[in-house]
Amino acid sequence: MELSVLLIKALIIVAVFGVTLLIATYSTYAERKVAAFIQDRVGPNRAGPMGLLQPLADAVKLFFKEEFVPANANKFLFIAGPSLAMLTACMSSAVIPFGNTLYINGEYIPVQAIEVNIGILYIFGVVALGVYGIMIGGWASNNKFSLLGAIRAASQNISYELAMGMSIIALLVLSGSLSLRVMAEQQGQDLFGISGMNWNIFYQPLGFLIFLVCAFAETNRVPFDLPECETELVGGYHTEYSSMGMGLYLFAEYVNIFVASAVMATLYFGGYNFPFMYDLGLPHNVVTILGTVVLFVKILLFIFFFMWVRWTLPRFRYDQLMNLGWKILIPLSILNVVLTAGAILLKDEFFK
Amino acid sequence: MTGNIFYFLTFLTLIAAVGVVVSKNPVYSVLFMILTFFALTGHYILLNAQFVAAVNFIVYMGAIMVLFLFVIMFLNMREDTEQHKPMLSKIAAAIAGGMLFVIIIAALKDVDTNVYHPAVFDSQIGLVENLGIVLFRDYLLPFELASILLLAAMAGAVMLGKREPGERNRF
Repeated sequence: MELSVLLIKALIIVAVFGVTLLIATYSTYAERKVAAFIQDRVGPNRAGPMGLLQPLADAVKLFFKEEFVPANANKFLFIAGPSLAMLTACMSSAVIPFGNTLYINGEYIPVQAIEVNIGILYIFGVVALGVYGIMIGGWASNNKFSLLGAIRAASQNISYELAMGMSIIALLVLSGSLSLRVMAEQQGQDLFGISGMNWNIFYQPLGFLIFLVCAFAETNRVPFDLPECETELVGGYHTEYSSMGMGLYLFAEYVNIFVASAVMATLYFGGYNFPFMYDLGLPHNVVTILGTVVLFVKILLFIFFFMWVRWTLPRFRYDQLMNLGWKILIPLSILNVVLTAGAILLKDEFFK
Repeated sequence: MTGNIFYFLTFLTLIAAVGVVVSKNPVYSVLFMILTFFALTGHYILLNAQFVAAVNFIVYMGAIMVLFLFVIMFLNMREDTEQHKPMLSKIAAAIAGGMLFVIIIAALKDVDTNVYHPAVFDSQIGLVENLGIVLFRDYLLPFELASILLLAAMAGAVMLGKREPGERNRF
């Protein structure tokens, strides 16, 4: 590898990391603006033009508050909890393909931090790791409400990971690869003569629906935010946290929403592909940059959807949540796997 | 470079494994165990066994250890309420552990370490595709038997957790 190629690679990695954090930061602002829009209010409008500096003000406020560690709390684990939550949240955006290849100096460079051929398994692993941050923080607080919140978060995440994995298996049967880049490339093929329109959502609508519900549960968002249910648990696992410990937990949630949106856009909504992408007659690099822009538009739409749901729907009851996960979503996802496999077998048998 | 990473990972694995045994607080033990699995995942990646690495990561670190932590957090164990075991059981445990150690050393003493032949070694054997082909072609029967075993265990767990007729919910 040449030095310039390495430099571009490093730039892409830094850019992916930076964009992840930037979008998560402005998600907090967008959340308040969307809430205000839905509730017919104005929302934050004091800090900067249209309140655009609000996230900065929030960060400064959180940094300057007192970092309070309750008596009898386990100090090391109390600090390690939010740090771990943030670390795992930031790790997962590394394997998402944010664009096609850039053609520079006779070499094709993928717009992606790292390409591994088990990309989707990597994301699942890191997401599974994310629950430790919540559990450790909740336990180390030495508070019953925190512990109950942490336990709820863990059992909810484990339950919904199963249905999520099953819905992905149908997709894997369809694409035959675990690499997110290969899956994104496959969705760039022709469908009814329109290039870049071969999106998985047309083949896997049920799988997408299951994945979407599970993504809400995995990120602990309404209507599945039982771990921080105020009426039952005060504040849930972060009851005892103040200052930046609290900030990291909340921020990790927004990073997780960004990653979940990016994964959904990549897996089901064509990734960086857009209709007629190869019929425009544009140079390769321009199409790649346009594709990246389109991907981010899709991601932002998903983030908006997360917020829309939060300010529209009420919360589930805990037994309803478990029933939905175990008795409805898992059988449905198994049915989806069987149907998909059967359809592929039929197609290979009769329509080839 | 790879050698250094190997030594670092081995060091981490051993330290974490000792930490599991030595820690007074069971929560720390579980956390050390997670660290051990993490280092083992690194070893699998060094061996280019990506699928095994990912499965170890997701199943052991992501699911099984979460359940461990779950149970131990519910136990509410504190250092001052921990019961000390009698001296006799400590001695018996030490002797039993030492015997196991001797057996392992005796078994590993004669292991042939020259199995690796660069000419016939396939570095791609650990990738998902190759592993799937091997599992579903050469070892189909053991693989299916293992899945039946897991299904039986799952059915057993459901039976044990099921509420008996007439039994009231205790919580």
